[in-house]
Amino acid sequence: MATTAVTVERKNYINAEYGIRSWLFTTDHKRIALLYLVSITAMFFVGGFFALLIRLELLTPAGDLLLADTYNKMFSMHGQVMVFFFLVPSIPATLGNFLIPMMIGAKDLAFPRINLLSWYIYIAAALLYLFCIITGGVDTGWTFYTPYSSLFSNTHVVEAGLAIFIAGFSSILTGLNFVVTIHRMRAPGMTWSRLPLFVWAHYATSIIMLLGTPVIAITLVLVVLERTLNLGIFDPSRGGDPVLFQHLFWFYSHPAVYIMILPSMGIISEIVTCYSRKRAFGYTAIAISSIAIAVIGFLVWAHHMFVAGISLYSALVFSFLSYLVAVPSAIKVFNWTATMYKGSVSFSTPMLYAMGFIGLFTIGGLTGLFLACLGIDVHVHDTYFVIAHFHYVMVGGAVLGYLGGIHFWWPKITGRLYPEGWGRTAAIIVFIGFNLTFFPQFILGYLGMPRRYWDYSHMPEWQALNVLSTAGASILAVGYLLPMVYLFWSLRYGKLAGDNPWSATGLEWQTASPPPTFNFDETPIVTCEAYEYDKMPLPEEVNLER
Amino acid sequence: MNDSAVAEHTEHENRPELRHHFADVEQQRNAASLGMWWFLGTEIMFFGGMFCGYLIYRRVYFPEFAVASRSLSLWIGTFNTTVLICSSLTVVMAVRAAQLGKRMLQVKMLLLTLLFGLAFLGIKGYEWREKYVEHHIPTFADYNVIRGEGSLIKGDNAKFLGLDKLQGDPVKLREREAEIQQRTKIFYSLYFALTGMHALHMVVGVGIFTVITIMAWRGKFTPEYHTPLEIAGLYWHFVDIVWIYLFPLLYLIDRRPGA
Amino acid sequence: MFDNFPLWPASASSHSLGVDLLYSFLVVLSAVMTLLIFAVIVIFGMKYRRRHGRQAEQIHGSIILEIVWSVIPLGIFFVIFGWGAVLYFQMRTPPRDAEEIYVVGKQWMWKLQHIEGQREINELHVPVNRDIKLIMTSQDVIHSFFVPEFRLKQDVLPGRYTTLWFRATRPGTYHLFCTQYCGTQHSGMIGDVVVMKPTDYQAWMSGGTVTGSLAQNGQSLFQQLGCSTCHRFDVQGRGPNLTGVFGKPVQLEDGRIVTADENYVRESILIPAAKVVSGFKPIMPSFQGQVSEDQLNELVAYVKSLNQQPAGAAGGPTNNPSPVVPAP
Repeated sequence: MATTAVTVERKNYINAEYGIRSWLFTTDHKRIALLYLVSITAMFFVGGFFALLIRLELLTPAGDLLLADTYNKMFSMHGQVMVFFFLVPSIPATLGNFLIPMMIGAKDLAFPRINLLSWYIYIAAALLYLFCIITGGVDTGWTFYTPYSSLFSNTHVVEAGLAIFIAGFSSILTGLNFVVTIHRMRAPGMTWSRLPLFVWAHYATSIIMLLGTPVIAITLVLVVLERTLNLGIFDPSRGGDPVLFQHLFWFYSHPAVYIMILPSMGIISEIVTCYSRKRAFGYTAIAISSIAIAVIGFLVWAHHMFVAGISLYSALVFSFLSYLVAVPSAIKVFNWTATMYKGSVSFSTPMLYAMGFIGLFTIGGLTGLFLACLGIDVHVHDTYFVIAHFHYVMVGGAVLGYLGGIHFWWPKITGRLYPEGWGRTAAIIVFIGFNLTFFPQFILGYLGMPRRYWDYSHMPEWQALNVLSTAGASILAVGYLLPMVYLFWSLRYGKLAGDNPWSATGLEWQTASPPPTFNFDETPIVTCEAYEYDKMPLPEEVNLER
Repeated sequence: MNDSAVAEHTEHENRPELRHHFADVEQQRNAASLGMWWFLGTEIMFFGGMFCGYLIYRRVYFPEFAVASRSLSLWIGTFNTTVLICSSLTVVMAVRAAQLGKRMLQVKMLLLTLLFGLAFLGIKGYEWREKYVEHHIPTFADYNVIRGEGSLIKGDNAKFLGLDKLQGDPVKLREREAEIQQRTKIFYSLYFALTGMHALHMVVGVGIFTVITIMAWRGKFTPEYHTPLEIAGLYWHFVDIVWIYLFPLLYLIDRRPGA
Repeated sequence: MFDNFPLWPASASSHSLGVDLLYSFLVVLSAVMTLLIFAVIVIFGMKYRRRHGRQAEQIHGSIILEIVWSVIPLGIFFVIFGWGAVLYFQMRTPPRDAEEIYVVGKQWMWKLQHIEGQREINELHVPVNRDIKLIMTSQDVIHSFFVPEFRLKQDVLPGRYTTLWFRATRPGTYHLFCTQYCGTQHSGMIGDVVVMKPTDYQAWMSGGTVTGSLAQNGQSLFQQLGCSTCHRFDVQGRGPNLTGVFGKPVQLEDGRIVTADENYVRESILIPAAKVVSGFKPIMPSFQGQVSEDQLNELVAYVKSLNQQPAGAAGGPTNNPSPVVPAP
């Protein structure tokens, strides 16, 4: 592989050009990744603000902080912002955009201008959604169920629906770019079986983005049309069927959860191998599991509808298929754990996040088994059990992976090292805060506390668990804010990282930190498998900061 | 620089259409083509949702869908289908002309394509106007399939819809008529949503092909490089295929001789 | 179980224990798996932590292990699936002779109607140890009928009936929640399911549900059943104005003259075609089977009461009558 010497003032993608126009009109995938990073972080805090208000309201049984309508808007917008404007784009548009071309030895993605377009589409969508929030918000729940959303809600359903519709195109174009890039732009010698698992994960994710997102697009269009033109497609009093909406909605929204978790799983593969100094145990199994999750994930949507009025036999089929989709995820967890076996493990910040991911994703995934189980789901559906489950996989899983990835590749992106002590502290705070927030919700759910309840004054016995949950949320908030502080700090005061501070495998580490605009001085020629850690120098020899 | 880097550099100098991040023109062409195919895949999923809704409602409301379908003009629909197929033919011929390096032929074929496309849209507009005149627009207050110019319950349709049996019972008759109003409305909603979405894609296609025609006129397409024309052609063919599905589904539900 | 810090609701239906058993099995399984994974990670982390002079061993993988840890979980999953499927099958197959109760969900209350005619709002009284089948529909958006102590819920849809059956096994009062988000007062759409011993239930049944005189009950019924649509008090409707009718002679279509007494009113409700008032068409539907004896009494009492009140103020339909609950 080509190597480059480190000099102090070399040209990289950050200092190649200056000025706002060079950023707003860039076609460099790395700059676009940073544009996304900033926007997505902003939306994360918008969604987080709504979560804060939810948890504050639920401290007391009575609805004494917000009006009922306001609370209903809070949980609806928290969900919509977090799903569509944070989780779905987060890893693919930031780390995926930044790393995929480098990982495969390419100079850029296949369609750089479409990449920039996808960011502008995201911004347009986010602005429209912010407009929706400012002018009064939406209160349909993140799921927009009809006929409430199409006929009864008095809130800005049209703006919200259109904003998410537009954001969907950002997603589709990102997925399109990744698929074509991975197929057509691999460097000589970079065969499919030598691809980093991060790339495999994004390939699977992109397939879901491409095939699933258009369905939510048309579904939201139909809701918007129904509201504006009074069509009646989902209105039973005019011969329509509200459950049809649910099928169309979940046909995308279930695969969407795999869009949200697969990239994170890709990150974990990279981190666990690096900090165990070992190749991945079961590389092929992990790669194929990603594809299996993507494919089977399209077949299970109605497990969200077991009590919605579907037939008994449909329910049996969907429950059965839902158990099938759990197997590839389990396979991954076992393989990551086995990767640590006889490795040389260090507990760096990214590794702490990865270990946290494995544990919390296991819990989240296991509780998914409860929900796929027909007999149990009837009891816990639409209760806090479901909320706990999906936060375990989305936050304990996807967000922890995202944070781990940001830390792992921070030196590559910025050329700086973050302070390791702070990193580990924040990771532990996030882990503790998260569990305290969401574990009590499993219990609340089984006790029967329904979702989306503004007021529970008739059930004061639920307060204790709610207080625990809110307390946890405050700790979690600290855990989220800390990286904002020290990562920013490191931009100016962090130690210079050098090309490969972790002594990691992967083409991205073979080029400078930060990389030059066209990634490599010469197109690399690949001759070895992924994760050949036996050929890498030990980290101590690469000035690794302890 | 190594040998492959030298070769790459030369190709980038000789072929101005080759973008910097591609190694060679072949790779660029393959990428563009694959990209367009995947994009069309997403379009299939997009239309698929509506098709799915349509198929479900057609199954449960078959008689009402059938009589509403018969209210669409079979001849105009068939003619429009022919127009669209011809436009796909002219696209293919334009691509062929590019492969042969014939600039004027390219432009002629592309202009014909545009002509056919605009004709399709114009005829579609005429059909929609027909629906307006017959009071079949589902969102308007004067929607009426029972009485007036747009009545769908005349002749054999009355029997088909089960109205003849209810003649003696005015209450039940009224209820059934209300039901027919509702259910045909769903057909027309889906009709306008589907053909509207298709027409929107046609408009985009016309826009794209206008740009392509200008590019062809300026001689941008050679036998070695006519990728934009090829992938625009793919898009156009796709829009054509969507119509080929739409036409039988919407127009040919239950055509009988004499109906 | 732990009275001060319960981990699960009380068990009040024949279904609850089955669900709790399966749940416990899953909890134990999950706890074991979670602890196992946590432990293995911690142990590997400790045992194989980075030390000078010790290199990692590059292990490709193991097909056997992959198969083992795919097949065993799959097997366990099928067991869970089957067990859950059986429970689900039972809960979705109501017994043939279950007693039916009608439920209408609307923003933001539950309206329940027993076959015998008792109507309840946000409260459902049922006898213990009897199979009950709820036949439910919504008046507006999708709601969901949830009783945690029964471990049961079912979405309630507009334009359709959905059913939920249960057998309550313990007398007591249990929470009823709406658990499909339905708007502003979604969290206020709650109530109680009151399970009573048979004797108590009988007592409750005969006691009447709504406080107030027969005539007042009749007035609500008059609106609820849609009578006021045709028998208007303000303008001439499709049916005769009933003010001051009771006890007076009535001329019929066929020429007869009859007195509008209790029997006449009762018959007009059940077999309207028998005596059609002169000048009116025979379009009144029959309410045979839709009204109980108690309700007929209430309606008769109400029509009687119209003699004392001036027309127009006589319980005229000023507010929207709630739509008819479907007949048993």
